[in-house]
Amino acid sequence: MIPSKFQYKRAESVSDALSMMSDDAKLLAGGHSLLPAMKLRLNQPDTLIDISRIEELKSIKDEGDHIVIGAAATHHDIAHSNLVKGACSMIASGAGQIGDIQVRNAGTIGGSLAHADPAADWPALVIAAEATIRVQGQGGPRDIPAASFFTGFYETALADDEIITEIHIPKLPAGSSSTYVKFVQPASRFAIVGCAVVKNAAEGEVGNIKVAVTGVSEMAYRAHGVEDELMGQVVSDESIDRAAARATDHVDVLSDHYASEKYRKHIAQVYVRKALETLK
Amino acid sequence: MGNYIGKSVKRVEDKRFLTGKGQYTDDIVLHQQTYASIVRSPYAHANIESIDTSAAEKAVGVVAVFTGKDFADSGIAGVPCGWQVNFKNGDIMKEPPHPLLVADKVKHLGDAVAIVIAESKEIARDAAELVDVSYDVLDSVVDPKKAAQPGAPLVHEDCPNNICFDWELGNPKSDVNAAIEASHHVTTLEFVNQRVIPNAMEPRAAIGDYQAAGDKYTLYTSSQNPHLIRLLLCAFVLNLPEHKVRVVSPDVGGGFGSKIFHYTEEALVIWCSKQIGRPVKWTSDRSEAFITDAHGRDHVTKADMGFDADGKITALRVETYANLGAYLSTFAPAVPTYLHGTLLQGLYTTPVINVDVTAVFTHTTAVDAYRGAGRPEATYLLERMIDLAALEMEMDPAELRFKNFIPAFDGVEQEGYMTQVALQYDSGDYDPVLKKALDMVGYDDFRAKQSALDNGKLIGIGFSTYIEACGIAPSAVVGALGARAGLFESAQVRVQPTGKVSVYTGSHSHGQGHETTFAQVVADRMGIPLDDVEIVHGDSESVAFGMGTYGSRSLAVGGSAIVKSIDKVLEKGAKIAAHLLEANADDLDYAGGKWTVKGTDKSIAFGDVSLTAYVPHNYPEGLEPGLDFSSFYDPANFTYPFGAHIAIVEIDKSTGKVELQRFIAVDDVGNVINPMIVDGQIHGGLAQGIGQALFEGAIYDDNGQLINGSYMDYCMPRADDLPSFEIDRTVTPCPHNPLGVKGAGEAGTIGSTPAVVNAVIDALWSGGHKVKDVKMPMTPERVWSAMQSDQA
Ligand SMILES: Cc1cc2nc3c(=O)[nH]c(=O)nc-3n(C[C@H](O)[C@H](O)[C@H](O)COP(=O)(O)OP(=O)(O)OC[C@H]3O[C@@H](n4cnc5c(N)ncnc54)[C@H](O)[C@@H]3O)c2cc1C
Repeated sequence: MIPSKFQYKRAESVSDALSMMSDDAKLLAGGHSLLPAMKLRLNQPDTLIDISRIEELKSIKDEGDHIVIGAAATHHDIAHSNLVKGACSMIASGAGQIGDIQVRNAGTIGGSLAHADPAADWPALVIAAEATIRVQGQGGPRDIPAASFFTGFYETALADDEIITEIHIPKLPAGSSSTYVKFVQPASRFAIVGCAVVKNAAEGEVGNIKVAVTGVSEMAYRAHGVEDELMGQVVSDESIDRAAARATDHVDVLSDHYASEKYRKHIAQVYVRKALETLK
Repeated sequence: MGNYIGKSVKRVEDKRFLTGKGQYTDDIVLHQQTYASIVRSPYAHANIESIDTSAAEKAVGVVAVFTGKDFADSGIAGVPCGWQVNFKNGDIMKEPPHPLLVADKVKHLGDAVAIVIAESKEIARDAAELVDVSYDVLDSVVDPKKAAQPGAPLVHEDCPNNICFDWELGNPKSDVNAAIEASHHVTTLEFVNQRVIPNAMEPRAAIGDYQAAGDKYTLYTSSQNPHLIRLLLCAFVLNLPEHKVRVVSPDVGGGFGSKIFHYTEEALVIWCSKQIGRPVKWTSDRSEAFITDAHGRDHVTKADMGFDADGKITALRVETYANLGAYLSTFAPAVPTYLHGTLLQGLYTTPVINVDVTAVFTHTTAVDAYRGAGRPEATYLLERMIDLAALEMEMDPAELRFKNFIPAFDGVEQEGYMTQVALQYDSGDYDPVLKKALDMVGYDDFRAKQSALDNGKLIGIGFSTYIEACGIAPSAVVGALGARAGLFESAQVRVQPTGKVSVYTGSHSHGQGHETTFAQVVADRMGIPLDDVEIVHGDSESVAFGMGTYGSRSLAVGGSAIVKSIDKVLEKGAKIAAHLLEANADDLDYAGGKWTVKGTDKSIAFGDVSLTAYVPHNYPEGLEPGLDFSSFYDPANFTYPFGAHIAIVEIDKSTGKVELQRFIAVDDVGNVINPMIVDGQIHGGLAQGIGQALFEGAIYDDNGQLINGSYMDYCMPRADDLPSFEIDRTVTPCPHNPLGVKGAGEAGTIGSTPAVVNAVIDALWSGGHKVKDVKMPMTPERVWSAMQSDQA
């Protein structure tokens, strides 16, 4: 549990951090994914660049039709932000379901997204929210839609020399609702299945529904099959059943000692149904 | 009852622990101390082709690197086993060497191949990565039943079929077979009592300190029994002069059995310290703890229980394969045999019992005593069988138990109960614990609720009525059963001139609160304030040879030794008091810290007597000065706590997730000195037992890799997994020790596991899923699968 030797540098600003970056350096945010890996010597960077104290990365702001969450905002800050609750409630409730209180106090949204753990909660949340992830490199900022940010098992569209700076989350229009439900792995409390649903519609009728699922496959995904079943449908037990049955359409379902492929698939359906039922 | 016994006195040690002032082995920093890191095998079974230590040796800050080769000509064979069990045919068990560092062939994941000693722990850890070991990986076997089959990969070449010993106890097998055959109903169950990992909060640590001037050795170690470690280290491992060796177990952060055993690292740090002439500290990290602390349980069992038409048990037959791991840990052979087979009478009048155990080596971490040690395995078996029988015979599980309980006996007027499996129970009254538990749970209401339920859930109730044997143990008895040690306890009560009392106990506290409980006993018996008593333990230099703490023995055995010394102090004190009061010692009463001449108001205080003992100017003729007595107490029998546990669970039909809704425990641990501490022991024990039922379990793959060797994967029970426990007691005093105490350290763990599993099975049957077993830990997937596979 002793990491190999590294240098610690604290960045005062995003540009400061960018100027410190090199091939053998890693950004340090909450450290709740990176440090365990370093202690097990699975990861042995020469230098850590601490971005967790950069003020500009920690704010949560209202920008009219969307909110902007700084990459270094902690899960706890997000879970308790009234601004977030008002804009898209599942973002706050999902953040509040991550790990335990210690994890939420230290871990950050940016760190989680960059780490891209297939069982993490944030990926499903940002995909269902149709968030945009703003990253910054030497060449300036670029925006990556959440749907194309995750590219594989612990892999993202982020380049080596880029920092995630902001997560832009559209505010839900009046009459919409959102929810996040999670079936936890009992030891780590990561998601075996996490399901985020956003419903932009008046009661009863389903106009526009977005469903994203994490924990089930090598990366979180938008469950288009589920959405298709509900598009333009009245939400009923029957339509929910049909929709939930398609929770894992076209994905390779993971298997491990907590949940075999068969069971995980079943739980994905149960939790998609659960999420949809709360929005009925 | 005096001022303290029976009261929930706050734990005196907690101030130190809660303010961070505890002194654990890793907190100790000695002058010129070095740090060790151990290079461990990443494979379960492999030949070591070569070890190249040159790069590590050259690293800046490295002091020395040793490998198995360094022991080749030393005559040091390794750590011994402390309990001998013979094969059925009388042959001595196989006892392969357990070397301090392996030179030729590693036998489990984490087997130690080299030790790197450096100026800091960081340098040691970095340099350990520079040790280049080349392995030729071999096939391995992790399951005890598979390991015992011909053709399985061998752990030790000279141990055919990996069998360490086979063993049998009870009535002749032919009698038991006939009784089973003749039974009206036979319940048969094959099950696994899975391997669990102890996970004490403090990882193990050891510091070896050899001082050439004086030729003295000091070992600081996170151990439950420092004297035993000293004896083994000196007499069996390193051949050291025992009077030159001091073993200190300072504050120890939990043991649960895993810190009883003599580990290789303890001998290694001492040996290395002598080689380099500086103290050597080794501290396990959590990953290391997962693969090197001795594990618990791991039985694969088949059992048959026969019943007559009336529901009376007619016979019990048990066959178990017990996994010992790759090496024999200190008390490993005792656990599946004399701590398991002997408990299979349970609380029942079963007329014939036969238990057959095959103890097997596998390519896994050693298995030894873990909270309960053998008794949880026996209880799990019995209580699963009887609940299952009730379901199968459509009888009430509580009724079935009442029908089979041994009638009450107090061990004084009525003799102790002789079992079919070599024990004589001390005292017992079993109906009241179950009755009380049934009252607490509201049994009748529960059944009505269960059948009416219609909300996507299933609910179930599970019972466990257990007995255990603790206060281990009469030395002659355990000696006859193979123990290579006595199991008495020592105590010295040293009255200081001012009347303050220092008590030196051979028991060791690593969470149990002895500094409080023992002080309560001393203060009450001597009629002095609690603050006037100090309990000293854990240092072989100050404490007389003692046997340490495990098997819920501290109060029953260690406390009894203290009482013996107190009696001697008061007897001598009375002589001094009589002299000073110019009375006859027989005419004195001792109470409230003073001796009084009966029927008068003439008295003298304890402190005046103690002062006189050390300033013996006016003193009885011929009496030695001083007031300081040592005693050794060897118990007459084990003690036998018992109890009734009831679990209520709810299963979510859609996921199979089990929620423990209520847990009721009524335990009888004999007399209670400190109710709060007993409650704490019960609570902790319940959490551990429930943990085994629902969450915990080591998972090895076929290559002997531990898949869940971290807290991200190995699920310990947490507060939010558990309901608020509902606990109560009955009190049946132990008839054969002076305090009438039985022991409370393991009861919670022993009783609780089968109650939870039985509740899940009951819930499944209530939903029409007539499965016999769901493997522990009963994960949501396993319970869900049980509901899919049997839609009866
Ligand atoms: C016990 C435990 C339980 C947990 N349970 C859950 C859970 O239930 N659900 C869940 O989702 N997660 C869980 N986590 C993970 C937790 O949420 C982490 O905090 C998160 O995954 C990583 O965030 P961090 O801020 O700690 O990042 P760090 O560990 O500091 O960094 C992670 C990676 O991201 C990179 N990085 C960090 N910030 C940025 C940035 N702004 N731009 C680019 N790269 C960056 C780092 O270089 C590193 O590679 C758990 C962790 C633990 C230890």
